[in-house]
Amino acid sequence: MKILTVNFLTCAVKACKTSPLSFPLHFRDAELEQSDIGYNPSFLRNILPRVDWEALKVTATELGFTTVPSEKPNLDPAPSNTDLPAPETAMETSEPDVADEKVMRDLHTLLLETEVREGKMVCGNCGHEYKIKEGIANFLLPSHLGR
Amino acid sequence: MLPTPSTSHVDPNRIYEPAEDSYLLLDTLSSTNETNFLKHHFGQSGTQSRNAPTPSPIVLEVGTGSGVILAFVTANAEAIFGRPDVLALGTDVNNFACQATKQTVLQTCEGFARDMPSGLRRSPSESTGLLLATLGADLASPIRGGMIDVLIFNPPYVPSAGVPDIKGNTLDSEPAPDDAKSRAESYERDSRLLALSYEGGVDGMEVINRLLEQLPQVLNRDKGVAYILLCQQNRPEETMQRIYNWVGDWYVEVVGRSGNVAGWEKLCIIRIWKG
Ligand SMILES: [Zn+2]
Repeated sequence: MKILTVNFLTCAVKACKTSPLSFPLHFRDAELEQSDIGYNPSFLRNILPRVDWEALKVTATELGFTTVPSEKPNLDPAPSNTDLPAPETAMETSEPDVADEKVMRDLHTLLLETEVREGKMVCGNCGHEYKIKEGIANFLLPSHLGR
Repeated sequence: MLPTPSTSHVDPNRIYEPAEDSYLLLDTLSSTNETNFLKHHFGQSGTQSRNAPTPSPIVLEVGTGSGVILAFVTANAEAIFGRPDVLALGTDVNNFACQATKQTVLQTCEGFARDMPSGLRRSPSESTGLLLATLGADLASPIRGGMIDVLIFNPPYVPSAGVPDIKGNTLDSEPAPDDAKSRAESYERDSRLLALSYEGGVDGMEVINRLLEQLPQVLNRDKGVAYILLCQQNRPEETMQRIYNWVGDWYVEVVGRSGNVAGWEKLCIIRIWKG
């Protein structure tokens, strides 16, 4: 399970969905492993708009990653780009605000290459623990917690 | 025709194998009609500056089984969505299916990248989408609201006396001691896992209805899309009429059919989307 996944998850208990405490789920006893995904800045740039940055910072801190910047890197081009210049000019003027490469590479490693192999995720609202075994998290609830 | 992912590692005794319904979903998702729709809906707009990020679509398959559909969509992201940077998630109540799906998706994407002409050969994530996780879960229950751009569901649609219980232990894949009692127990468990993949309760609609209830919550509020397979006994016209009546601007259309028997389509695929 890639670290980025937890940014799209919440507690499976229906009553928790409306509580801000149910997101993000908190990792406990997480065993991590690295996979090798080719660094692809354009892929990463399109993923970042999907990321809830405050939640990512919580997750990163819990897993011991200290390099996540406090603000989401600004990837938007300068507003003047709205009237589209010729391709060559676009190349020259296209990198005004781009986050620096080191930050992007660290995010690539954290979001896309780091996998949680064993451990659990805990809901901050109800305290339910979701186990992760062999990289697969189990969100099936015992029958008393219902669907 | 895009190639069908290999699922030769899938154990047919406990995981639903690719069948007519799975292939209808593959054909529909890769049809000109649907790829045009998805490219238009999620494509990187040509009029924008090449520098502006366009958010990657997140695809969730519910009840992945062998993983053949999720693997197909992830590996062929560029052909289907017009962009390779698709993030894939899968859920299943069956832990064996979660494991198998992970393998199916990873090996399909790796094979896809490897088989490209050497000049074009690129790593996964450059030429294919990326699998985030397969999750043991009931439908989309752990997915945060509004996160899913495309949801795909090949449901248990066969009418049956009831729907098997999803017990927590469907995910317990510990190897049991090899004696007669545990062999009988694991046979019983495997039968139940298979039944979960096709038994749909009254009209075959019990599981489909639970998913439809979750759908408006789970899908992206501006442009979420869902593909759901139905059979004739599910009475697709009634289901579509109910979706028309949902609050908000929802659309629904039949976008794939097969098994035409005496004028009746046996299976169809409906696309539900937010306009
Ligand atoms: Zn909870």
